[in-house]
Amino acid sequence: MSQSRLIEIETGILSKNDRYAAANRTALADRGILAVNLVSSPGSGKTTLLCRTIEMLGNQPLAVIEGDQQTANDADRIRATGARAIQVNTGKGCHLDAHMVGHAMEHLDLAPASMLFIENVGNLVCPASFDLGEEAKIAILSVTEGEDKPLKYPDMFTAAKIALLNKIDLAPHCDVDLDLYEANLRRVNPTIEIIRTSARTGEGIEAWLGWLRDRLDARSRTKAAE
Amino acid sequence: MHEMSLAEGIRGIIVDAARRNNAPRITRVRVEIGRFAGVEKEALAFAFDVVMRGSPAEGAELVMIDLPGQALCFDCGEVVEIENRLDPCPACAGTRLMPQGGDDMRIKDLEVA
Repeated sequence: MSQSRLIEIETGILSKNDRYAAANRTALADRGILAVNLVSSPGSGKTTLLCRTIEMLGNQPLAVIEGDQQTANDADRIRATGARAIQVNTGKGCHLDAHMVGHAMEHLDLAPASMLFIENVGNLVCPASFDLGEEAKIAILSVTEGEDKPLKYPDMFTAAKIALLNKIDLAPHCDVDLDLYEANLRRVNPTIEIIRTSARTGEGIEAWLGWLRDRLDARSRTKAAE
Repeated sequence: MHEMSLAEGIRGIIVDAARRNNAPRITRVRVEIGRFAGVEKEALAFAFDVVMRGSPAEGAELVMIDLPGQALCFDCGEVVEIENRLDPCPACAGTRLMPQGGDDMRIKDLEVA
């Protein structure tokens, strides 16, 4: 006769992902690398913004991990700027996980003090839950998406440290209220930093680069203090 | 939307635990889900049934325990409990609330045979 018994587990469901993320974070910190996880809905202008960012960063050593369900289109666009890029196709998967990113990092073999840009699958839901070992999630929200997107998908904007309010060159043609975008972002995340950008005109990109450079310097200082 | 990945995460952990405890069959799994974990419970229940097929947890009961959501109100500075992510602060009616915990997804225990 079989007897039933209880086994205590007390383990996070994402604990496996979190272990991979912790390993990625350690590997990045050891080499003073700044990694950011770019999250947004499809079509927010992530790749265009990233290409512009790479061009304006000039000689800064960097690499890109591109996540999409299918195609290598985005990695091709990034490589056209001269930057190194690796494409991760998630197939049916709706997000990148820390294991995929760890693999991609091994392939990239990043130089010390590099920047690593991880462009997540375009999706305002799932990528919010998965730590990749990054310094920060950066949410890109374009002005064509509607002011209420932060309220509809609060988890993503709560998880992000910075929101890039993108395509602001289009704002005059779209009947949108940029202040309302900002108010809604702050409603779901009172500490979020907001930078208004246009990848097309270059507006706001310097402020974004300034944030990246400050964070990379902070990484090197932490590394030097060890 | 990622409930399938969550179910796969659950499967890995519980099958491993059952093996270590020499339990051939898992009959019940209790998980704690925070209000702000972004988990669609019906989708997780469906994914659980599908993903456990062919494993020692096939046919196991999934029990989901809700954990309350807490948030820090940036208007009054209190940590308050809220039902829904966009609810106003019950103390001051402020609307700028930052979740504090409540995004947990934990496997609590297993019943094995």
